[in-house]
Amino acid sequence: MKQIMRFTINGVTYEENIDHRRTLLEVLRDQFGLLGTHKGCDEGHCGACTVIIDGDPVNSCQILAVDAAGKNIKTIEGLERDGVLHPIQQAFVDSGAIQCGFCTPGMIMTAKAFLDKNPNPTTDEIKYAIHGNLCRCTGYKQIVDAIEWAAAAMREEELR
Amino acid sequence: MCNAAGNTAGRLHRLPEIECLFPKTVEEAVSVLEKHKDSAKILAGGTDILNKMKRRTLVPKYLVNIKSIESLKYVKVVDNELHIGANATYNFIQQSKEVNDLFPMLAETVLMIATPQIRSTGTMLGNLCNAVPSADSAPPLIALGAKIKVKGPEKEREIMVEDFITSPHICALEPDEIAVEITIPIQAGRGKYIKHMLRAEGDLALVGVAVYLNFDANSVCSEAKIALGAVAPTPFRARKAEKLLIGKTLDSSVIEAAACAASEEARPIDDIRSTAEYRSEMVKVLTIRAINNILKGE
Repeated sequence: MKQIMRFTINGVTYEENIDHRRTLLEVLRDQFGLLGTHKGCDEGHCGACTVIIDGDPVNSCQILAVDAAGKNIKTIEGLERDGVLHPIQQAFVDSGAIQCGFCTPGMIMTAKAFLDKNPNPTTDEIKYAIHGNLCRCTGYKQIVDAIEWAAAAMREEELR
Repeated sequence: MCNAAGNTAGRLHRLPEIECLFPKTVEEAVSVLEKHKDSAKILAGGTDILNKMKRRTLVPKYLVNIKSIESLKYVKVVDNELHIGANATYNFIQQSKEVNDLFPMLAETVLMIATPQIRSTGTMLGNLCNAVPSADSAPPLIALGAKIKVKGPEKEREIMVEDFITSPHICALEPDEIAVEITIPIQAGRGKYIKHMLRAEGDLALVGVAVYLNFDANSVCSEAKIALGAVAPTPFRARKAEKLLIGKTLDSSVIEAAACAASEEARPIDDIRSTAEYRSEMVKVLTIRAINNILKGE
C-alpha cells in the first residue's frame, strides 16, 4: 500500500510515493540517497541508525516512514554548516573517536540532541546519554572525550 | 537462514506487506479491530511490534496506527488517580511534573528502560501489551495498584496490571480491544524499583523488584506491596512476603524474613543470561535493598 508522503529532512522538503512497509531508515538511504545514516542491528538496539526528530534522538529503523512524514528530521548530512564541520563532528575527528566509522553518525546525532538539551554535562551524564549507541572499536573513551570537547566548543560559540 | 523446521523466525527481514490505517478516534480504532480481528494490530510507538514483524513472529495485514490520535497522549490527574494515555512515550511520562511529584519511583524506572532513542518513541502501555516477563514498568505499576483501561466494541473494562500480562508475550486483550490508559490511584506511600542488569544500562532485567510501603503514625508498616519481574512467566506480587511486613516495625530481621519469602515465591529459570539460583538469591538481596532504600527516605 503506497502513499504520497512529504518529508522535511535537514530543512529540505521532499515528496515521494512511499510504501507503508518502509521504515524511515530505508527511505533515507534508498529513496533519498542519504547514506550517512547506517543500518546496524535494524532492531533498535545499536543506535547506528539514530536521527533527530523534533529534537529527540530516534532509531530510524523503528519508525515507519509514514509516521516520520510531516516531522522535522535531522540526519548527519545536515550538521555541517557551509562546508565546515559542526563542532561535534570536528571533536570526533580530533579526539580519535572515529575508527571504523560505522557507529559515528548515530553517535554524533545522539550527542547533538543531548548537547542541545544539556549544554554543560558531566562525564557521567554523557555516558548515560550515549548508552543507546554501541561502538565495537573505540572502547568509548575517545567518544566521551569528543562530546566533552564539543560541549565546551559549543558553549564558547554561544558566548561569542 | 532457516532452522531444521524451515522456520525463519529469528532472522530479520524487511517488513512484510502491510496497510496502515489511521483512525482518528479510539472508537474508529476499535471498529477496525472488530472488523479485521486477528489480522489487525495496533501500532503506537512501534518499538516492539515492528521487530516482531521483521522476524515474522507477527504478521498482521493491517497496522492500526494510533500515533495520530493526539487525544491519547496525556498524563493527567483525574479525581484521585493519575491517568497515563496510550500514546504517552517514556520520555513524555518521565518528564511529566505529575509523575515526578506523585510517583517518583515511576519516573526513575523510565530512565532504566531501554535507551534514549527507544524512550523517545516507545510507549509504556504498548510495552505492557508486549507482555514480556521482564517488562520494567510492570513491577512498579503492580506495586502501585495500577490498572489498565481497555475499550472494546461493546464495553469498557479495567484490568489490574498484575492480571494484564497472562503469559510470556500474551496480554489479556481480546483481538477487538484496545488498551487506552494506565490509571494509578494517588496514594501516600513510597516505592522503589531496582533493576538488576548484566550491563550498566540498556539491558533487560535479570531480576526486577518493586516495593511499595506505607506507614502509620508510629512507623509501623500499614501497607506493603512487593512485585517481582523477570523471575516468573509473568510479573507478580509476592503476597506471602508482603504479609510478613504488614503490621510490623521494619527492623532488619523482619525485612530479611520478608525478602526470603519473596525469594521463595519467585520461580526463575536458567537461561543464557543467568541461572535460576542466582536470580532467586538476587530477589532476596534486592528486596532488602529496596525496603532499606524506602526506609532511608531517598
